[in-house]
Amino acid sequence: MAAIEATGINKWFGAGEARTHAVKEVNFEARFGEMLYVVGPSGSGKTTMLSMISGILRPDSGSVRIEGTDIWGLSADALADFRLHKIGFVFQDYHLFPRLSTAENVAIPLILQNRDWDESIAEAERDLEVVGLKNRARLPPVKLSGGEQQRVAIARAIISRPEVMIFDEPTASLDGDTGRNIVQFVREHLLSDKRCIVIVTHDSRIYEFADRILKMEDGKVMGVERSDLDAQ
Amino acid sequence: MPLALESGILRIAYKLLVNDRAKFAALLVGITFAVFLMIEMTSLFAGILLRSSATVINIGASIWVMDPSVQTVANTIPLPNSVLDEVRSLPGVKYAVPLYSGSALLRLRDGTYQAANIVGIDDTSLVGSPQMISGNIEDIFAENAFIAIEDSEFYKLESPHIGTEFELNDHRGKIVGLARVASSSLFGIPTLYTTYYRALQYLPNTRFTISYILVEPKTPAAVAAIKAHIASDGYLALTKDEFMSKISKFYMYQTGIGTNMLLMTLISFIVGLSISGQTFYTFILENIDRFGALKAIGAKARELISMILFQATFVAFTGYGFGVGLCALIIWLARAHLPDYAAMITFSNLALAFAMVVIIAAFSSYFGIRRVLLIEPFDIFRG
Repeated sequence: MAAIEATGINKWFGAGEARTHAVKEVNFEARFGEMLYVVGPSGSGKTTMLSMISGILRPDSGSVRIEGTDIWGLSADALADFRLHKIGFVFQDYHLFPRLSTAENVAIPLILQNRDWDESIAEAERDLEVVGLKNRARLPPVKLSGGEQQRVAIARAIISRPEVMIFDEPTASLDGDTGRNIVQFVREHLLSDKRCIVIVTHDSRIYEFADRILKMEDGKVMGVERSDLDAQ
Repeated sequence: MPLALESGILRIAYKLLVNDRAKFAALLVGITFAVFLMIEMTSLFAGILLRSSATVINIGASIWVMDPSVQTVANTIPLPNSVLDEVRSLPGVKYAVPLYSGSALLRLRDGTYQAANIVGIDDTSLVGSPQMISGNIEDIFAENAFIAIEDSEFYKLESPHIGTEFELNDHRGKIVGLARVASSSLFGIPTLYTTYYRALQYLPNTRFTISYILVEPKTPAAVAAIKAHIASDGYLALTKDEFMSKISKFYMYQTGIGTNMLLMTLISFIVGLSISGQTFYTFILENIDRFGALKAIGAKARELISMILFQATFVAFTGYGFGVGLCALIIWLARAHLPDYAAMITFSNLALAFAMVVIIAAFSSYFGIRRVLLIEPFDIFRG
């Protein structure tokens, strides 16, 4: 079974003459155990497509299945629950709460699942250890470097053990080495046979870590390639 | 950390609020100040109203008979003696006695003049007599006898003691006892009690002399019939509470005091509403992308609403508590240093301020909730 299966999804924005066809009849599949990149120039529709496959933006037509579940057939609350349990998000600007400690930020998905506070914090501290930040657990995120904040966001994304992880421009705010290290870490430690990772990026320096690269342009999928071919 | 925060989402909301110390302090100061002003204003008004009925409270009669044109206890319209006889003859009346209430200028020992309330109580029954602190109430029958009330205005009589003499309309007056009453008067002048007939002897009189007739009904059920009989004769009979209410309404609606106090209370409310509403909305706006991220992660709308409601309620009620405490402290300090200070915190004041704080919390959270519900997680992805 495919981890993500998008069939004929379309999205329009605006009305009248300003109406734009942002995503045009996109079909693709992402598999468990693979790291799939979605690349393309600004305005190519990759973020819109990412939002639709992660249950955040409803497509105007088409369907999205994650692990066989038609996510846009779910009620709003059921979809929120689905995202909470099945999808891990790493946002471009991290969106960590500056007034919470690092561990509390990481624990948020578990807290939203109504898990016990102390247990959630303990688990967050274990995941911070996984991303190499155990000694930063009590600090607020503003005391951390950009790379460390990215790792905190990753720890938050993995804490509910999701089958699908969505990364939006994970290296955009990082210098070259830090960005590569982060993606390498994700590939080596977080990718597994039971997980699919989708990364939206236009940073060609990290293409080498992808299993496949889905190229978008003008709202359409222009093709899917293996990264090693692209690197050559 | 409040003990009741079992829900993790509320605990997050609490930490987001209190860890943003600048905003939290601004919110607390805004609401505390607004609550303080609201309670202070309404307490001052309550104190003024209470003091305006001081004579009614202190005398304590069940029914007061008066001319229908009387608006406050101080503005008496004398009644003819025949009314007293008529009231006494009514079925259901246990007793009825006359009361003199007026004011006079006293010449004190040092030659200065001081205005004073003079209360003349019925010579035979002494109904309405104050609670004695020193001396005996029977001494009121002695020659030139007056009893001084030891209230916040007592010092204006040069803090007299038993035996102190003064002059009143060329009559000698002598303090034969000191007493206390439940409430000081509104107008900041001391009070002396004497007998009804001595009051008539010492003070210039009009044709009619009775300020009020104090009536005690045989049973509570007789009150309505007594009132109806007296009304049929063209006079007005009011129970103690009705008379106090009439006086309060006069000060509230016919003197401008009520309007001014109400305006000040409203201004305090608007100030609190503006400060806390604006600060809280800024707080929400600063965190809006994180709320969006929470939505994307899987927080439901009702969870986000509960977070914001909790934050608004927590800050509003904490501010309310501080405001009440501050007001109580200021009133306590003021009373300690200003004997005339007339402010009284009542349950009604507290309830009114509480209702206004609830409105502030609802108003602040409404705009925050609206903003948070409008944010689309997709906007977070788009940056």
